[in-house]
Amino acid sequence: MAGELSAVLDHIAKIGELDLDDVAPTSHVVEVTGALRPDEPVDSLTREDALAQAPAVSGDGFLVPSPQA
Amino acid sequence: MNDADILNLTAAQAVAAIDAGTLSADALFEVYRSRAREDQLNCFTWLAEQAPHGMAASPLNAVPLAVKDLFCTEGVPSQSGSRILEGYRPPYTATAVARLQAAGASLLGKTNQDEFAMGSSTENSAYGPVLNPWDRERVPGGSSGGSAAAVAAGLAPWALGTDTGGSIRQPAALCGIVGLKPTYGAISRYGMIAFASSLDQAGPLTRDVTDAALMLRHMVGDDPCDATALRFPEEVALPGAERLDGVRLGVPEELTGEGIEPGVSQAFQDTLARARELGAQVQSVRLPHAPHALSAYYVLAPAECSSNLARFDGVRYGARADDARDLLDMYTRTRHDGFGAEVKRRIMLGTYALSSGYYDAYYGRAQRVRTKIAEDFKAAFAEVDLIVTPTAPTVAFRLGEKTADPWSMYLNDYCTVPMSLAGIPAISIPCGLSEGLPVGFQIAGPVFSENRLLDAAYALEQALGFDGSVARV
Repeated sequence: MAGELSAVLDHIAKIGELDLDDVAPTSHVVEVTGALRPDEPVDSLTREDALAQAPAVSGDGFLVPSPQA
Repeated sequence: MNDADILNLTAAQAVAAIDAGTLSADALFEVYRSRAREDQLNCFTWLAEQAPHGMAASPLNAVPLAVKDLFCTEGVPSQSGSRILEGYRPPYTATAVARLQAAGASLLGKTNQDEFAMGSSTENSAYGPVLNPWDRERVPGGSSGGSAAAVAAGLAPWALGTDTGGSIRQPAALCGIVGLKPTYGAISRYGMIAFASSLDQAGPLTRDVTDAALMLRHMVGDDPCDATALRFPEEVALPGAERLDGVRLGVPEELTGEGIEPGVSQAFQDTLARARELGAQVQSVRLPHAPHALSAYYVLAPAECSSNLARFDGVRYGARADDARDLLDMYTRTRHDGFGAEVKRRIMLGTYALSSGYYDAYYGRAQRVRTKIAEDFKAAFAEVDLIVTPTAPTVAFRLGEKTADPWSMYLNDYCTVPMSLAGIPAISIPCGLSEGLPVGFQIAGPVFSENRLLDAAYALEQALGFDGSVARV
């Protein structure tokens, strides 16, 4: 995989040839104003639904192995 | 109506036939469900057991819909083509799907795709590759390859896909159907399992342009669950233009010359001639930075994916590696076992491009290239109404032909990535055959020009009379 990644990086490096000093980076492609929705409380997922797809659950939380073996 | 008659209907025609009482929604669903069950192309990762009830007498009259695997569908497997999400059944439904269902569409099945939409051949799916119905030794394109092949093969009347750098348009081209990538923000991304959030956009894969307009009409609009989703500025009309009088079509030399195989070039030129006969003015335009789009894309999309895919850690959903020594070992082994090679490649590229010391040279520069590409399009649209290119440089290629060399695979999106980076809408329509395989003709327009785009595509479609029925045997 190292060889493949190097080959891709060689292609990507071509953007280094462009003169971009006075160009602003894109932050969003379509002009957007007032994108925030009203701050109104709504119901979220129930705890039961949120835990339903977890590989392991303990009580009312996600169960994971100890950080220290 | 017998099964063959039903199969010949587009989605819009099926809606009309149900309205007219000459077709029942149940009969329509059963024709497609039985065909989808016999699928030999590996298009589907999940199929509905039975038609949902009570959907008739609605704008979409219960017409069955195939949905790309990466859309969350409540209680229905949504795996994004990945082992790491095997068996995942989301607790909610994506806005795009929910809106089509609210308009009456029935979920027929979930379609196979490249893992997390990363690929141009659907060979990167953890659930096996999809075959092209025009030639089963060839790929259907990707990443929405299951959706494209299902529509082309008549296993679904229409399908929902997503496009990040070409993932609707390129498979539509390789399968001989219509694929539309709308303006960025036209359709909510809520519930789409994210690949590159500044580029991902849902859109229709359909048999004809009218169906693309019909599906788009029922998906557009802002959404409190996605701050980047915008109010569509006008009603999406069903197209009806017969002529292209006065329409100025720009042909960018950067995307129509070198690298386009001769048979594709010929079909493209023939279509331009047809456009002129319909009254269009065809002229050359320049997109000087377009040749750098692919390089910028392969910085930006991997950078965003490396961040988005950090959520797959074996804690809250999806697969988890067994017998981990500790928490870090669990994360590492879950991601090692769960992600395929292309996803790992892109996560590594993305984290590299975002790393301290390389950020300015890669990510920062790529975002500036993106600005230049958007400016190129703005300048071109001051001279022409629409820009046209071949959708993909080649026709469908053989399975395995490009898997050993990532960049040769990435070159599939050479003509589609610039529009994605600029956030503008683009449609691919089938325009002819080369070596017996379909060729796509791409039409791009300014932000929110979908109605004009669809009208131009429709006029060309009527004049070209492309026959895709041979793939539906």
